[in-house]
Amino acid sequence: MAFTPAKETYSGKVYSVAIGTGEGTGTVGGENVLPFHSFEGAAPNRPVIAFEIQDVPPADWPESVKKPFEAVSDDPVKWARFCQDELKAKAIALRLVGTHPDRENRSAEDAAKTVKDVLAAVNVPLIILGSNHAEKDAPVLVAASEAAKDKNCVIGKAQEANYKTIAAAAMANNHKIIAMSELDINLSKQLNILITQMGFEKERLITDPMCSALGYGLEYTYSVMERIRLAALTQNDATMQPPMLGDIGMYVWKVKETQAPEADLPHWGSLEERGIAWEAVTATALLVAGAELLIMRHPKAVEEVQKTIEELI
Amino acid sequence: MLIIGEKLSIIAKRVREAMMKKDKGPIQEIATRQWKEGSGVIDANIGPAEDGGEDLMQWMVTTIQEVVPLPVCLDTTNASAIEAGLKVHNNQWGRPLINSTSNDPERFPILELGAKYKAYVIGLTVGKGGLPADAGERAAIAADIMARAMEYGVPLEDLYLDPLVLQIATSQDHALKVIEAVKMFQEMNDPPMKTVVGLSNISNGCPKHVRPILNKYYFLMLMNAGLTSAIADAHEMAEAMSEKKLLDDVLAGKTIDNPAKMTEITKTLDVIMGKTLYAHSYLEM
Repeated sequence: MAFTPAKETYSGKVYSVAIGTGEGTGTVGGENVLPFHSFEGAAPNRPVIAFEIQDVPPADWPESVKKPFEAVSDDPVKWARFCQDELKAKAIALRLVGTHPDRENRSAEDAAKTVKDVLAAVNVPLIILGSNHAEKDAPVLVAASEAAKDKNCVIGKAQEANYKTIAAAAMANNHKIIAMSELDINLSKQLNILITQMGFEKERLITDPMCSALGYGLEYTYSVMERIRLAALTQNDATMQPPMLGDIGMYVWKVKETQAPEADLPHWGSLEERGIAWEAVTATALLVAGAELLIMRHPKAVEEVQKTIEELI
Repeated sequence: MLIIGEKLSIIAKRVREAMMKKDKGPIQEIATRQWKEGSGVIDANIGPAEDGGEDLMQWMVTTIQEVVPLPVCLDTTNASAIEAGLKVHNNQWGRPLINSTSNDPERFPILELGAKYKAYVIGLTVGKGGLPADAGERAAIAADIMARAMEYGVPLEDLYLDPLVLQIATSQDHALKVIEAVKMFQEMNDPPMKTVVGLSNISNGCPKHVRPILNKYYFLMLMNAGLTSAIADAHEMAEAMSEKKLLDDVLAGKTIDNPAKMTEITKTLDVIMGKTLYAHSYLEM
């Protein structure tokens, strides 16, 4: 007798969220099955990986991930073009880390100018991130939203402390937003509810349950993502149906395993390979947990994850 | 259903201040109100009470029993404070209750006190190594506590098993596991074991207006599962009882007359039973 695989049917579906404009438009989500379970239903869109770039040179990145960008990372425009043209990025995530009060403390106006310049240089979808300083992010992301008006960007991250300002600006300028809560599924749902209660459509949200790197709490992120996806698909919970983001790079490239030199820890093997593997493994785990949008740094790690996606899809 | 009035807890600011100043007024007022509202026992929660716990517990027991003809539930981790309270407890109003023993060796001496003073004892089904994962683990711990109670001379009829209610806002899956545990506990002896819960912990951390709603319907669900007693707000539980028929109708799939109430009950049941993910605004969705 022929083997018939058991199939689950799901009552819910992840929203299909289009980002960017024109030829470069991308879409995330849209599936009505668990990750890579396309044999059970429809998964029309592959996960999208965005390359991370910054408004200021990446002084705090470890050498091995700084190196691939050393010719371009002094200028966000060159950096963005490099990612699009050379690395064939499907999306770019511009982190305005230089606006952080403890960093260069760049102004909202400066940030807005960077956004404009980058948008003028590339046509792939742009994710615009603050410096994760809830207070400063509010004016920075408002200015960034205005500067990117009608470009259908993804603005983030809206958190409990600042979501009202950011969501209002994103709504007025036709963007999507990332809603981030701190590794708590119930608070993640609550934030999505609060944002939609402002009149922001839930189909324009992306959920960030907060990332963590392999060895540094990845299992928590994994578990929250998995439960969010199950609530979306099996309980048809509309508040949990936005696509999910894994903001991988910034967590991976600050852990010991991606920084400790071979001279100190020869048994850990090549530092460069180790870092790439760390980022690729973290990213792959979160894809399996349900993330549809990833932000990553190292080109080789992205390449590995792309390969994995092609194999699994 | 035995309600153990929960309001006299050191966590409440007004009660704590009265305890510190040995001001009988607020304590007696609250105790009297809980009694009038239907409590059968008054809980006296004095916290860990490391310094002067003996005096404080004696003062609480006598202050409560001066005005209320009910037994007191002696609620502290300090065993010598419990013994001090037991010595002055007026058993004319009923036998005292001790809250609590558990599977932690540090709490075993509580059982000696239970046997010595013929008090009822609450057995919290937790061990030293963290929270129980499910109903089965709670039952396994309950079995250990029951065996130990017999060994110490506390009759099983005097033991109340407490499955440990957790916060729905952070441990939603445990809401149903606790209901299941209450059912399992009863089957562990003939006559069935008595059960008790610290009810309001279910809504700890939830918005103020949501708390009584969760407390009430969770209480009724536990009651349907055979719960014997609850440490709870007697006023809230009286309200719950008045809505029991509505809840049972909703559970039976009937439509009730009051659409707003119907929605409130349905959404709350869905959250308790894990059919929808809890969020602070679940009633608004």
